[in-house]
Amino acid sequence: MNNGKPINEERQVFMYGNEVVVWAALAAGAEFLFGYPITPQNEIMHYWSHLAPRYDRGFLQTEDELSAGFATLGGIMAGACCFSATSGPGTVLFQEPLSMAEMMRIPLVLIVQQRGGPSTATVIYSQQEVFLTAFGGNGEGLRIVYSPGSHQEMYDLTIKAFANAWEYRFPALVLGDGYQAQMREPVTLYDPPRRGIILKPPSPLVGLEGVPGKEREPAHWRNAFSVEEELYDALKPIIDDFHWAAPTLTQKEEGFIEDAELIVVAHGIVGRSAEAAVRELRKEGMPVGFFRPITLRPFPDNDIKKVLHACPRLLVAESAQGQLAKLIRIAVGGELEHSIEMYTYFRPGLGITSEEIMREAKSVINRKREESLSAVLL
Amino acid sequence: MSERSMPLSWRKETKPHKFCPGCGHGLVLKALGMAVDSLDIAEKVVFGCDIGCSLLAWDFFDFDTVQTHHGRVVPFIVGAKRVRPNLVGIAYMGDGGAYAIGVQHLVNATMRNDRIMVIIVNNTVYAMTGGQMAPTSLPGQVTETTPKGREPFREGYPLRGPEMIASFAPEGAYIARGTVSRVRPLSHVMERALKNLLDDRGISVVEVLSTCPTNWRTDAEDTWKYLEKEMTDYFPVGELVSS
Amino acid sequence: MTSGNRRIVIGGEGGQGVQAAADILAQAAFEEGKKALYIPNFGIEQRGGTSLAFVQIGTETVGSPKFEHAHLVVALSSRSLERLQGYMNEDSIILFDSSLLEPPQVSDEVVGRQTFNTIAPETFAERRLTGQRQKFPEMLPKVRAVFGLPASEMAQTKLHPRVANIIILGTVAGFTKMVTLESVEAALEKRLAHKIERDPALKDLNLKALEWGWQSAGRMLEGLVPAGEIP
Repeated sequence: MNNGKPINEERQVFMYGNEVVVWAALAAGAEFLFGYPITPQNEIMHYWSHLAPRYDRGFLQTEDELSAGFATLGGIMAGACCFSATSGPGTVLFQEPLSMAEMMRIPLVLIVQQRGGPSTATVIYSQQEVFLTAFGGNGEGLRIVYSPGSHQEMYDLTIKAFANAWEYRFPALVLGDGYQAQMREPVTLYDPPRRGIILKPPSPLVGLEGVPGKEREPAHWRNAFSVEEELYDALKPIIDDFHWAAPTLTQKEEGFIEDAELIVVAHGIVGRSAEAAVRELRKEGMPVGFFRPITLRPFPDNDIKKVLHACPRLLVAESAQGQLAKLIRIAVGGELEHSIEMYTYFRPGLGITSEEIMREAKSVINRKREESLSAVLL
Repeated sequence: MSERSMPLSWRKETKPHKFCPGCGHGLVLKALGMAVDSLDIAEKVVFGCDIGCSLLAWDFFDFDTVQTHHGRVVPFIVGAKRVRPNLVGIAYMGDGGAYAIGVQHLVNATMRNDRIMVIIVNNTVYAMTGGQMAPTSLPGQVTETTPKGREPFREGYPLRGPEMIASFAPEGAYIARGTVSRVRPLSHVMERALKNLLDDRGISVVEVLSTCPTNWRTDAEDTWKYLEKEMTDYFPVGELVSS
Repeated sequence: MTSGNRRIVIGGEGGQGVQAAADILAQAAFEEGKKALYIPNFGIEQRGGTSLAFVQIGTETVGSPKFEHAHLVVALSSRSLERLQGYMNEDSIILFDSSLLEPPQVSDEVVGRQTFNTIAPETFAERRLTGQRQKFPEMLPKVRAVFGLPASEMAQTKLHPRVANIIILGTVAGFTKMVTLESVEAALEKRLAHKIERDPALKDLNLKALEWGWQSAGRMLEGLVPAGEIP
């Protein structure tokens, strides 16, 4: 075998999304996966449980997602880099461990492959877990949420989720979907340090060196407080830290903004359809641009504001009933909120093709042109 | 071992503790402290508490301690133990956490024979939330949610947790029930439970019959009577599974 | 059509090897350095039910994993053909397994500018499978062309029933001409490596099936599509 590293030389492979996640987790140094079966993320557990022994990593299939989440927290606090993966109703149960991670600054990494909702719905695909991942749980949504648009990003952002969870000590989620989980496409695997990506070695919060009470103070961790002021004093610095880190965490991709008369905004796999649609529309001479938030939490507020200052007309396309659209409204806020002109293409639980986005964008642009033409004629 | 008023592993700075007068938690934690002292393993212990009254133990010991959520201390300790097998993981919880909201964790940890210790304080009520019916409330017991007493036809019979898991406990498991009315024997039970872990034999589960005069609305005499008579009659004390 | 990439959808019943065929085709394109994306369509059922596989290959970046219309629609069962109708338009070529499906009735009114070809009948004259054949749906959207290929019958009588999907794979690859036969052979061998190790005869069997499918595509196309205009 090699030097024990899962990846040495860079190599291009043709892979399923769930397999990509596993290689990213291995490359990022994840030591243990606690998981519970739910479609469409099951192959993450399958690939992991096959590959883990080869690289001396651990796996436990738990009794439910609550157990997977709290075992992950226990493993991390004991000093190991642990993670989990889930979907839909599992993401709902994961809110409990996620909220503990927010309060206690535990770098919990969770991969979510979205399925249809509400309820058990479909095992296939959706973008309906945006709010759940960004703001679920009782608390303030102090998480990092990445929305990858390709297998390459699935690999890059999973590694980044580990790096930033441990660097900033907030839970980090990678929000994929059933399509991305189940599709196969090329991806380049690499060893993160060789690309200058720093992954902090994990350190324990309990089970520390030395006899507690004699050689050192015992580590006492809690998340329950007696009075509201006590909670406020504990929580405020965490919120401040999150806001402080936000500008360095946010990430987006945009294109063809300058002379655009319409900006298509979409995230994840739909962002990819949007980009393809915009490229085609540009070939046809249509002045359309695109904006794709890569972090949904923290949201790239300033970036989208800048874009919408240049072109206040946008078309939001998502496989949900306006979850991204609401994030955009929150982000732009204030004055800009009244000047933007938002068109929407919501398909909850349904995939969106480039052709659909092209049609929608064209119809908005043509309608606008007719309107301005009739205004001139009048 | 000489009888101390306070085990060595107790944290002096946080005493007197925060439990109500007459509460049994202090006695359970005393028995545990004595057992840890006698085995001299404080350095290895990771102590996890559930929420409910057990959370008040979050700074009780000179152990590394984490307070978790309702019913979730078992998977938390399972996770810690799985990644650091040399740790002694202790999950401390009440009967509501163990037998209601977190029962799936207790059942599955037992099935897997996870090398952890689970201490379940059975006082027959949800105490911190104000005295509601628990899975362990006795037939006829008046609680805030059974004002006319627990009616088995409607609310079922109390759950004997250790008996339940003993029915399928794998080889190497240690399952026992003790009582705060006999602290020394209880500390011996705790010690055996811990040894079971140190020998890497299997899971150790100790249920402890305890008192809650605050929610029982009993005086000292009736509190003790309830523990010694009604509870002990329904929940027999002793070792259920050992080797 | 938003890109020069070829879009293919293959449908059949669970167990017909639809996904494997699509996956191998995409793998072959990847090995050639082409852009490729394969996605299975799946439901709650673990076994049975219709199974659709979507493949996009070419030189341009692939947009969404699913698409509205396919250049090539392949049907191995009647039920899947019904689901596949949504992916057909006037540019689509339809390929179906004529030993499993009754050939469609030629009717310009119903199916528009349609033809269907089958391979020379000598090897399949017996039509032994006729009794089991499913009905071709009565309505088809207007498509460019329809081809029937008795892949299952060929597999059963000449090779092995299990390689019907490999025949189809060969035909699909031959139709699209986006990958060389050698690349598909290599991808197929890679995929079957473990099985071939246990039973070396499998290699020849599968390669024969593939080649036969590939050649069938050539022969079918000769009769219809002018040179240079590849569907």
